[in-house]
Amino acid sequence: MDLEEAREFQERCTQCAAVSWGLTDEGKYYCTSCHNVTERSKEVIHTESIPNTKIKAISRGLKRKSKLEKGWDWYVCEGFQYILCQQAEALKTLGVGPELKNEVLHNFWKRYLQKSKQAYCKNPVYTSGRKVTVLEDHLSHSDWTSDPELSDAHCLSLVESWAESQSDVQSRKPSSSTRASHSETASICSGSLDGVEYSQRKEKGIVKMTVPRTLAFLYLSLLWQREAVTLSDLLRFVEEDHIPYVNAFERFPEEMKLYGRDKGIFAVESWPDYEDIYKKMIEIAIFLDLPRFPDITEDCYLHPNILVMKYLMEVNLPDEMQGLTCQVVKMTGIGEVDFLTFDPIAKMAKTVKYDVQAVAVIVVALKLLFLLDDNVEWSLSDLAEDYNEDHQDKPWFDFRKWYQVMKKTVDEKKQKREEARAKYLWKSEKPLYHSYIDKPVVYKRREMVVNLQKQFSALADCTPAPGEKKPSSFQFNWTEKGTDRPCFHGHSLRGVLSKKGQSLVIKNSLYWLSTQKFCRSYCKHVTTYEESNFSLSYQFVLNLFSFLLRIKASLLHEEVSLIEKKLFKRKYMSSNESSRSRRVRRR
Amino acid sequence: MSDFSEEFTRPMTEDEQGETSVASGTGMHFPWLHKLVETVVIGGKKKKDFAQTTSACLRFIQEALLKHQWQEAAEYMHSYFQTLEDSDTYKKQAAPEIIWKLGSEILFYHPKSNVETFNTFADRMKNIGVLNYLKISLQHALYLVHHGMLEDANRNLSQAETWRYGEKSSSQEILINLVHAYKGLLQYYTWSKKKMELSKLDKDDYSYGTASRSMLSHSCKTSANLGALIETPGVWDPFVKSYVEMLEFCGDQDRARKVLTNYAYDEKFPSNPNAHIYLYNFLKREKAPRAKLLSVLKILYQIVPSHKLMLEFHTLLKKSEKEEHHKLGLEVLFGVLDFAGCTKNVTAWKYLAKYLKQILIQNHLAWVQEEWNSRKNWWPGFHFSFFWAKSDWKEDTALACEKAFVAGILLGKGCRYFRYVSKQDHQVLRKKIKRMKKSVKKYNIVNPRL
Repeated sequence: MDLEEAREFQERCTQCAAVSWGLTDEGKYYCTSCHNVTERSKEVIHTESIPNTKIKAISRGLKRKSKLEKGWDWYVCEGFQYILCQQAEALKTLGVGPELKNEVLHNFWKRYLQKSKQAYCKNPVYTSGRKVTVLEDHLSHSDWTSDPELSDAHCLSLVESWAESQSDVQSRKPSSSTRASHSETASICSGSLDGVEYSQRKEKGIVKMTVPRTLAFLYLSLLWQREAVTLSDLLRFVEEDHIPYVNAFERFPEEMKLYGRDKGIFAVESWPDYEDIYKKMIEIAIFLDLPRFPDITEDCYLHPNILVMKYLMEVNLPDEMQGLTCQVVKMTGIGEVDFLTFDPIAKMAKTVKYDVQAVAVIVVALKLLFLLDDNVEWSLSDLAEDYNEDHQDKPWFDFRKWYQVMKKTVDEKKQKREEARAKYLWKSEKPLYHSYIDKPVVYKRREMVVNLQKQFSALADCTPAPGEKKPSSFQFNWTEKGTDRPCFHGHSLRGVLSKKGQSLVIKNSLYWLSTQKFCRSYCKHVTTYEESNFSLSYQFVLNLFSFLLRIKASLLHEEVSLIEKKLFKRKYMSSNESSRSRRVRRR
Repeated sequence: MSDFSEEFTRPMTEDEQGETSVASGTGMHFPWLHKLVETVVIGGKKKKDFAQTTSACLRFIQEALLKHQWQEAAEYMHSYFQTLEDSDTYKKQAAPEIIWKLGSEILFYHPKSNVETFNTFADRMKNIGVLNYLKISLQHALYLVHHGMLEDANRNLSQAETWRYGEKSSSQEILINLVHAYKGLLQYYTWSKKKMELSKLDKDDYSYGTASRSMLSHSCKTSANLGALIETPGVWDPFVKSYVEMLEFCGDQDRARKVLTNYAYDEKFPSNPNAHIYLYNFLKREKAPRAKLLSVLKILYQIVPSHKLMLEFHTLLKKSEKEEHHKLGLEVLFGVLDFAGCTKNVTAWKYLAKYLKQILIQNHLAWVQEEWNSRKNWWPGFHFSFFWAKSDWKEDTALACEKAFVAGILLGKGCRYFRYVSKQDHQVLRKKIKRMKKSVKKYNIVNPRL
């Protein structure tokens, strides 16, 4: 057994992860610490028959070469670009117009590369000689320099591939010899050229690209195009795997190798969070120095009146409520173009959480109609129930019945979602590893997991999952009639209104404010939400909507309070008043 | 296999502090608190969704196991395997054991599972993370034994025996010993089967000689396997028993005695009544002197005063010459009858009745009073109530007679139990009852003759 000879075998033992190999008599490697014998044998031509050491050396040399990860030279930003392309492509299949990818997102991305000094500028961040040569290498066959707005210096070849998508993979060359020394000597390494530097870079004023930020880019482009996709929709599509996000790197071409530091950059182990992406979106818009976005007018999907209509349908509330919500929108001024349109240049750049706001309007409307104090809504329901017994054709809206139906449906959906989340498979088919030494261990693990999964899926219930769920803007379906899930869309609000002269007046004349006093300290939140302080009906409504949008109930509560602040401006001005404000409103 | 508590009481690593489980010092577990704590975000550092979903997955599996929904459990297992690839190294290391426990439980009960599936699973799990190899091998072998596949179990254990893993194997010495011991136990099983066959053979049979010789060599080999484990402190009853049986068969009495004495008296071993019983039985077989037997039983008396050997103990004490032994003999009888499980033991009552009379004749009233003082508050209700008198008489007149006599002695003839039994008119027992009445009058301790 020759320990010396075995020294060049540097892989980790699959049993114990030690790197301590000896050679068996058959020329196979065995681990000196756990005595595990590998399948790999030292490539030694039978020395007895051909006692030529030279051949041995040559074969060893060849072996060393094959150990190297052969692949393209690629930069981290190219990886993100690839992900963005994939995501935009996915959006296209979801029905978003092709301009989003080809024009809007493309331009945003170019602007990002320029602003972060990675391309289209005089002095790109890549200063080390090796890299510049690589860049210039590609410059020669780049014809994408016609844009007058951007400087003509460097252009990454993948940028040109943007339009052609992945079709030109063949045109890339395998890496040069410089890479060999690079990955072999460095103990910390990466598959990308600049993975190590990228993860260490901490420049002030530069927004570094991360996987969650790709979603911010997507949303910015959606917003620019005024597409009918809200942020919560986008994040839901991500969670339902309609848009590549977790393991987006899986779709990289075979030749783009990822390992080492790339793992920290591209691996994601969480779903995106609404508030987080929202913040990132504003941050990027400011960093890119984007101009005022196209106006959100009344005919846009993101306008509260339209969104409210959508959400009324979604949560099975009567269409008639729309009259009241429109009035709330008008009185608060949240339907105005200047309020709705995103302008990153403005002082205190801030954009509307369109979906949350629309839902908050519905909550306010419900409070106006039913007060939601665990009392008024039930007595109004009693009235409606009595009336409905005699009038089947055009029933009054019965809050209690609605509550029962919604509660049941949401609880079922919640349970299903929890189960689906628990079953979510996070790990990629293409496992990421820290270093070359780890590779066989990681791959072996992967194989084990796949085998175990195969074994147990045979034991699981064989009923196949009812197909991949098709992406939809709607999560509930209320069209079916006569089942245990009745549809309330056509129900009348006559029961909660009373006639006064020519107009109808809301019977309930009381109102309570979700927030009495707003927080004025320097902490960023405006209010807090302590569930137990509020009525059960209010809690239910908040939970229902926050489940729908996959946000925290406190975020919605905050938005409700902000709308109330606008609606009852006078109340807040005269301040220090009792907890209840009386207000009768006309339609 | 179904005990997961150790996973949840393990020390927490820094970044999962207070997130995975809440185990209070008293060993109580609050599932609701667990859920609550999990949703709290500490210091702005949110737990990754991967960690959240996998721990939810674990909860679902446990719930399914609890409800015996094996298919559903298997479904969730399918997702739970990804914890083997957890990026948190600590969790990754803990994963194989949890998965093995859950998976083997599912495969044990799942209707579609069979020995083959279980074998594949066990073999796979053995090779994930070296540290579990022995434990899984052992449990795998037990599974095979459970299914009557002794040969396969034996092969499995032999494989585990040869397993070596550098320094790590020394830290698992106890497991290695267990593997040896279980292998020894399997060998013992075949050996004792052979012994049965041998006992059926005629001693003059020509094959008897060879058979017994092969048994001898067999037993010597096996005892080597068992020996190592028995040296380490612990409760090893089945191993000790079979080991001693084989040693005795080989004629190695000294070794057997040494093993049993060590098992019973070594202070490093946990207190174990069986150890003393084995030793006592062994000494009895050996016809050891009475003093030796007494000293063994004395310890057993301290651990289990209600053991059925106590009656034997009493007889031995009675035969002794020392007076203090006689007194102890009374104590032992009273002690046995203190236990609810022994209340209908006729022999015990008979012994007590006889012994009380004997002792009172010998004028040791003080001994009886000493024992009685601590019991006079509760024995009348516990043993001598009217209800018992009726039911005992109905079920077992002999018992009732003995008890009535004791009751009469201890409580006087006014006692209800005594009165009820003595009033019964029974043809066969009439004489006996009459004699009893007389003795009670003479010896009862309530109004002792001065």
